[in-house]
Amino acid sequence: MNAVLSLVAVLALVGLAVLGVEAGGLYSLFGVIVPYIAIVLFLGGLIFRVLGWAKSPVPFRIPTTCGQQKSLPWIKSSKYDNPHTGFGVLVRMALEILFFRSLFRNTKTQIAEGDKVTYGPTKWLWMGAIAFHYSFLVIFIRHLRFFTEPIPFFVDLLQTVDGFMQVGVPVFYMTSLIFFGALGYLLLRRLAIPQVRYISLVNDYFPLFLLLGIATTGILLRHFVKTDVVGIKELTLGLLSFQPAITEGIHWLFYVHLFLVCTLLAYFPFSKLMHLIGVFMSPTRNLANNSRMVRHINPWNAPVKVHTYEEYEDDFRDKMVAAGLPVDKQPEPKPAQAEKE
Amino acid sequence: MAEAKPDQMDYYQQEDLLKPDYHPPKTGWMDTPVDFRPGSWIYPGKPKHLEYLGLPNPREWAVTDEDWKLPENWKEILLDGIQERLDKYRTFKIFMDVCVRCGACADKCHFFIGGGDPKNMPVLRAELLRSIYRKEYTLAGKLLGKMVGARELTIDVVKEWFYYFYQCTECRRCSVFCPYGIDTAEITMMGRELLGLLGIYVNWSIEPVANCFRTGNHLGIQPHGLKDTLEFFAEDIEEATGVKVKIPINKKGAEVLFVTPSGDFLADPGTYTCMGYMTLFNEIGLDYTWSTYASEGGNFGLFTSADVIKSLNAKIYAEAKRLGVKWILGGECGHMWRVLNQYMDTMNGPADFLEVPKSPITGTVFESAKSTKMVHISEFTADLIKHGKLKLDPSRNDHIRVTYHDSCNPARAMGLLEEPRYILNSVCNNFFEMPENTIREQTFCCGGGAGLGTDENMEMRLRGGLPRGNAVRYVQKKYEVNQLACVCAIDRATLITVCDYWAPGVTVTGITELVVNAMVLEGENDRSINLRLEPVGEQKEGSDDA
Repeated sequence: MNAVLSLVAVLALVGLAVLGVEAGGLYSLFGVIVPYIAIVLFLGGLIFRVLGWAKSPVPFRIPTTCGQQKSLPWIKSSKYDNPHTGFGVLVRMALEILFFRSLFRNTKTQIAEGDKVTYGPTKWLWMGAIAFHYSFLVIFIRHLRFFTEPIPFFVDLLQTVDGFMQVGVPVFYMTSLIFFGALGYLLLRRLAIPQVRYISLVNDYFPLFLLLGIATTGILLRHFVKTDVVGIKELTLGLLSFQPAITEGIHWLFYVHLFLVCTLLAYFPFSKLMHLIGVFMSPTRNLANNSRMVRHINPWNAPVKVHTYEEYEDDFRDKMVAAGLPVDKQPEPKPAQAEKE
Repeated sequence: MAEAKPDQMDYYQQEDLLKPDYHPPKTGWMDTPVDFRPGSWIYPGKPKHLEYLGLPNPREWAVTDEDWKLPENWKEILLDGIQERLDKYRTFKIFMDVCVRCGACADKCHFFIGGGDPKNMPVLRAELLRSIYRKEYTLAGKLLGKMVGARELTIDVVKEWFYYFYQCTECRRCSVFCPYGIDTAEITMMGRELLGLLGIYVNWSIEPVANCFRTGNHLGIQPHGLKDTLEFFAEDIEEATGVKVKIPINKKGAEVLFVTPSGDFLADPGTYTCMGYMTLFNEIGLDYTWSTYASEGGNFGLFTSADVIKSLNAKIYAEAKRLGVKWILGGECGHMWRVLNQYMDTMNGPADFLEVPKSPITGTVFESAKSTKMVHISEFTADLIKHGKLKLDPSRNDHIRVTYHDSCNPARAMGLLEEPRYILNSVCNNFFEMPENTIREQTFCCGGGAGLGTDENMEMRLRGGLPRGNAVRYVQKKYEVNQLACVCAIDRATLITVCDYWAPGVTVTGITELVVNAMVLEGENDRSINLRLEPVGEQKEGSDDA
């Protein structure tokens, strides 16, 4: 149900763009105004959210330790899975952000032969996630050619490598295929695995369908519609230099593509996609496990009621004395009433 | 024999528990009510304990009551409480926002593996709280409601929170696998704090908290009682080893203050571990002292609220200062070391009146504890063995085929992995590891940590204990393992049940007990019996429950 709703929402967005451009002729709305709004929402939202997180302090140092601690000099500590230095944390974070280290650990638990709980390695989700994120990154960088003049060398280089198979005119990029495949996998596993389907919300399906829409329109534009790329670049450079002008002759499908991208940008800061930033700020990963070496400060370290030793001794002094335990204050000389405990 | 009841393990059939139904129910999780069946929840906190601690809304109530007698403005209290915690904890805020529901955590939770209830998937446990957060703090949640995972805060939600936040042992195993490091323990702690604002506590946690506040330990042992206990242990030690050990209590000017969970004073086999400490310290001539005021290393505040952690933990530094010791040594305990490693110095430091811990026996300076000034007994003992300061005869433990259970908190909130293994390998000839996905940072909880280890919660304990019990069973079959060692007092209490049920014949021990049984002591007798006063060479079968 949540999946269908999300699909319908994305189709509605497509329809809106088609109608707006084809029937309404609202080129400047979809080509200029919406992109500007989207960028403002994206940047503004991002800053707002990050500041919102940063505003709350990290009162306690609670890294999840995944290896041997630093203790005795002859015991080899796990420098990166249980870092005790800033450098160790840096490596841990790099492994996490670049290689999805934690997800790589993933196991699949099963009860086999009726009475054996087994934990097999499973890398599918990790592979899907890596394939999705890295192909997305490459596609993003590839698109820089629409936003830069002259085009930086690395964009050209990446394009050449990505299209090295030389299939089709214009050449088909490998990453387009990988991106599509990875998205498809992420969607299918969400639908196919009962537990994952059970927890999936519109918040989970909508970005997937949105990205599928973006990928589909993009591939169509490049390989089937073969729209006027020069005209598109004029439009994007115009937007970037704050001298927006609509160029004639751009295929309507481009406006659909652009509108979906704008939706993604505007949606991003207010969604789970913020994990892009959150992963950098997660206190269980970005802190060193050194709280026995260096005192971690809690800015709101609130005073609490404690039962002081003096109060404790007052409660139990006679019993302590009777048991021959030392006390700080001697009991009153007269025989004390037995405590009612 | 009387019919078994839900709080007894015989009530549950293994073949049933081995077939958890992993299929989610037909109804969506927001529309699936909690099934409060006996054996799966814990009795509420008694009003006298709440009153003593000054906690809100003390009253008599039962979990199965329709009316939980909450304050009139319960909803306002909870929403204010959520806001307050969002402002105080970046963790809480980020963990509410960034989960992508990838499901990697789902089958990492021992309660989900053993029970199949989808709300025991860490992701869904967090969604129970996240759904309210969305409704109150996000525009989409306000406008679109259920389809974006937002829902109204109702009494049924509160009841659901109670049920599932007390079906999490805060073991952090899921956090190891989460790509964003979302820590369900943190979420459960927030959930429990919020429930606490309404006076909803479980007695299994709050009674120890009240005891600890007053007497200095969870069990409520008064100073003279502690002295009697230790003297009684000394008699047993003398019987077992022929050595008469000293019992320094509340001794001013001692070099080291020793603090251990009070479980070690009361229940077997923790008592044997305690006898182990006493014998070890006596043998090496450590100038140490017990404290009756700080007679608890454990901290059930961790299962209650941050304020209570701090309040109970404060006694350790206060007592170290009063007694004028140089540094503090801590015994074998799991959550105690989470508090000592991750909270103590921040909450109650700086301990600038203490010195950087230095072993008077080996001269080793424990640089890794230079700020908290508190050393783990396994670090201390491993250092002693490494320097050849203990005369060991591991063949004295030859009748024992031992495996090692990493306790959750020393593993995932500290990283104490090699020290206990080094000790075990030094004092036993037959040490076998459980499968790799069940040890070290991937270790499984005993199923009864974080205040859940009580008999009325038996069904959940056995279900949650399945992954651990199954791994023990595996090494029992494969290597004839007959004893499980651990460094946790809760383990020493709860794993007895787990082993009796899932791997009968395996007994539970602390590490220091094994150390002392292998030690050649000055002036010892023939050592024909061990600290359990059992003849050496015969492993007692079955339960070692007191």
